[in-house]
Amino acid sequence: MKAYLMHRDEDFDLGRELPANTDVLTSDLELNTLLEAMALGDGFLREIAQRALLLGLSDPAAIRYRQQILADCIEHPDTVREIYAVAIEALAAPKTVWFSPLLRSSGSVLANSLRVLELLVGALKRLHEIAEAHATQFTCEGFTRLFATIKSDLGEDYLAEVQAQLRELRFRRGVLISAELDDGNKGTKYVLRRPSDRRGSWRSRLSPLAKGPHYSFAIADRDEAGFRALEELRDRGLNLAANAARQSVDHILSFFSLLRAELGLYVATLNLYAQLTGTGQPTCMPDPSAAGFAKLQASGLYDPCLALKIQGVVGNDLNANDKTLIIVTGANQGGKSTFLRGVGVAQLMMQSGMFVAAQSFAADIRTGVFTHFKREEDVTLEAGKFDEELRRMSQIADQLTPGSTLLFNESFAATNEQEGSEIARQIIRALQEAGIKIFFVTHMYDLAGGLYAERAETAAFLRAPRQDEGQRTFRLVEGEPLTTSYGEDLYERIFAEPAHAALAD
Amino acid sequence: MSESGRAAAPPASHRGASEANGRAATPRAGATRLAAAKTPRDAPSVFRSILFDQPEPTAGVDDAATPAFFADLQLDRVVGSITKGREEYDLVPLYRAPLHSVATINYRHEVFRDLENKTVLDDIRSFATKLRWMRRHRALVGKLHFARQQQRWYLRAVEDYCDAVKCLAGDLSKARLRSHGMLAFRVYLLSYATSPAFTTLVEQTTKVANDLVGLQYNLHIKGNRITVTSYNDQADQGAEVDETFARFKQGAVKDYRVASPAGPADMNHVEAQVLDLVARIHPEPFRALQEYCANTSAYTDPTILTFDREIQFYVAYREYLERLERPALRFCYPRVSDGSKAIRARDAFDIALADKLSGDDETVVCNDFQLDDRERVFVVSGPNNGGKTTFARTFGQLHYLAALGCQVPGNEAQLFLFDQMFAHFEREEDLATLRGKLEDELYRIHEILEVATPNSIIIMNESFGSTTLQDARLLGAKVLERITQLDLLCVYVTFVDELASLNEKIVSMTSMVDPGDPTMRTFKLERRPADGRAYAAALAQKYRLDYDTLKAGVAR
Repeated sequence: MKAYLMHRDEDFDLGRELPANTDVLTSDLELNTLLEAMALGDGFLREIAQRALLLGLSDPAAIRYRQQILADCIEHPDTVREIYAVAIEALAAPKTVWFSPLLRSSGSVLANSLRVLELLVGALKRLHEIAEAHATQFTCEGFTRLFATIKSDLGEDYLAEVQAQLRELRFRRGVLISAELDDGNKGTKYVLRRPSDRRGSWRSRLSPLAKGPHYSFAIADRDEAGFRALEELRDRGLNLAANAARQSVDHILSFFSLLRAELGLYVATLNLYAQLTGTGQPTCMPDPSAAGFAKLQASGLYDPCLALKIQGVVGNDLNANDKTLIIVTGANQGGKSTFLRGVGVAQLMMQSGMFVAAQSFAADIRTGVFTHFKREEDVTLEAGKFDEELRRMSQIADQLTPGSTLLFNESFAATNEQEGSEIARQIIRALQEAGIKIFFVTHMYDLAGGLYAERAETAAFLRAPRQDEGQRTFRLVEGEPLTTSYGEDLYERIFAEPAHAALAD
Repeated sequence: MSESGRAAAPPASHRGASEANGRAATPRAGATRLAAAKTPRDAPSVFRSILFDQPEPTAGVDDAATPAFFADLQLDRVVGSITKGREEYDLVPLYRAPLHSVATINYRHEVFRDLENKTVLDDIRSFATKLRWMRRHRALVGKLHFARQQQRWYLRAVEDYCDAVKCLAGDLSKARLRSHGMLAFRVYLLSYATSPAFTTLVEQTTKVANDLVGLQYNLHIKGNRITVTSYNDQADQGAEVDETFARFKQGAVKDYRVASPAGPADMNHVEAQVLDLVARIHPEPFRALQEYCANTSAYTDPTILTFDREIQFYVAYREYLERLERPALRFCYPRVSDGSKAIRARDAFDIALADKLSGDDETVVCNDFQLDDRERVFVVSGPNNGGKTTFARTFGQLHYLAALGCQVPGNEAQLFLFDQMFAHFEREEDLATLRGKLEDELYRIHEILEVATPNSIIIMNESFGSTTLQDARLLGAKVLERITQLDLLCVYVTFVDELASLNEKIVSMTSMVDPGDPTMRTFKLERRPADGRAYAAALAQKYRLDYDTLKAGVAR
């Protein structure tokens, strides 16, 4: 049985390795804030959400498949959460018995397995009831198919058959075992046999022994070794059946695990949805387009991580279709980093099948999102900082694939501007020609101004305008890079002394 | 006194220099002699041993003590590695007995070459596996208590034996063999396999076994009562459970089967009672088994069993080489002479080092060496850890392995068949016993020189390494003088440069450094005059302390 809620025709793979840049990306885009809001303390949901975000889909149809399921979930959150709860409860069933890894005998494995199987059959029954009651309310392909599967595979006939089998495994009429002699005349290949046809005559039900000669013996009352040997023999006979029962437990558990995993992203997305819409922020289903033609058109695009922390976050509008280079310049504290994170997170959310934190968002599919942000922490290692930046860049270059997006934040500024610009220019040219979409936040005018002059057709230029005091978020405007940054202003304001004098020191 | 000084005692009877000289000039000569002695099919008893072309030396081989130089050349590690996992064949004594006849060496080379044929090698391997099972099953008979079980395992052991002989006979009759040893063995084997005694054994064994194989029955257990009935093909309940719940299965599942607590062959009295009842349901096959066991005894042939052990000498060595062989590490059949001391080898390497590094990516350095005309002694000098000891070991190993009739580590080799080999390697000792040590060393070296003959090989590694330079120079010169007088082959590793140019029998070999980075040793040795200062100068340059740089620096 399959759920197929994450992909139309394959399971959600929990074993896939996360991208090599997972840690860097998580830290640069502040994804932990987002993941915590989605998980609400549930470690499993967090893992699912992380996988979905970082291992995004690359086919617009596959994304739409999830979007439609998500739309149903947003319509009927209670039913979705109820199914999820049944899965969680079923997964806890083995804890009610003691599956000791040591000191086990086939007899006890079988007995314990039967108890757990009974609980699991109960959970299956409830799943069936939910499907019967709510199937018609869902319209998406994923849920429609899941409910149909549940109805057909967990029907009443099947559940009755299961219960009959569990009853038989209690062995009221003794245990019948077949065996054969091995090369040393010792019994082997013990197999538990069903004594008779379930619908057989009353006579065959009464005596499990077949016709033909039979000889028997009994263990004497005081023969303890004999009883142990008998027990051993019986255990060998039960071994395969106990294994089958125990594996059946695993089978059903694996189904519920799968169900939990396939539902996880939707439950987590419902959590995030409730929080963002609760603060009045807009969300939208994004419009993904196939890779090949650069596309990016958004309105009211904001960073959801910031919105989860503070009120009144302002969104940005962006029209960068046909552009593979977006240069952002302008004042410090002007919302450039926030914008960069918003773009990155939106791309990830879109490709995971989630909604996006914007009023509208349309973009082409990217093969990966990478970040090269300036590192604040190692200011003390001034000498090695540029070195470190270049080393980090070369690591990224090893991981990049054509069709990736790379977000630069104040990169290559740890050296003099001329050198930094020159290096950045070469890197940008090489990457852009290799099919990478680049977002570059910089205050190096030599770089930004130069690029504006030479490649206006493939590049878009945004500027963080100077703002009034007290304002926390900012709207970027399209525009040519300006020669001066606003650091001087900030410095003078915060330090209350002339920047020129300080710089001259 | 340490053992390093003592000689590997030769079986003195077996070597006449003049006779050997006559034969060694053309290795084919030995082969011709054997070819002439090749026997017709009706007299297979001529085959005796796959290791020896002549009957005498077999005696005493198995009592060979560890040769004294084994540890120094790290041959103990090599032999341990070769024979690992084959303890039941007791192969170590075979590797401790160097040969003293070029003809026998050629006899072994031929067998090795036959085993280069993968098919033949696999035939032998599968034969060995079957006999291993035979021994295991035979051992079981002694360990078990219930007669019906003992009888069955006895039958199984005979089945193994018959199978082994039949298959090998069938396989070898199709094989393209060239060695005198394998050809003679094949004649023997085919005659044995078609003998009435053996074919009758096969016939009887097969019949009894076929009637017993896979007998099925049913057990019913209720309370304390066990009932045995004939098997009736009822539904497999475990499989039914499996089928019912299969629809939930998502991937690979764990195995929860409980391992049987008792040993695979053991049986308790309840099982024995069950077996007796099974025998009542199927009386005929059990009666036949009982009669078979009463009438079959001593079914193995001693020559076949000896072959099984001795052929492992070859198989084990071949497998060892396969493990070590790399594009850069090759093995070759050496030309071995007991007359000429002109020796040479190309791309020779330390087999023990190759063994140790076989799991790593590290490279094992190969060396060439050559002695012409009157040259007899390599004096090896150069920086420490530059591969001097490795070279000394390589030289000894090549000669020793050649004397076993084995392939040697190198691309091409012409080697000398020694009568005795001696090694004298320095050992770490306390400074306090320094004087005692020098005395001890001299004593050991003296003993070696007393028993060594012109046909011996001596390998001396950093002898007198702990004395003053003056002592080392003097004693070294003295010892080398004695060695060159004896006209024997020798490798002498030393830090004393002057010893490398003592007389015309001595060839100087020095370890090398990488010209680009003097701190890197190449471990390669070259034939050239010793110059202790070259390495020191190179190192100085690297640290900008060489004459020119230092002077310019100071001047500024």
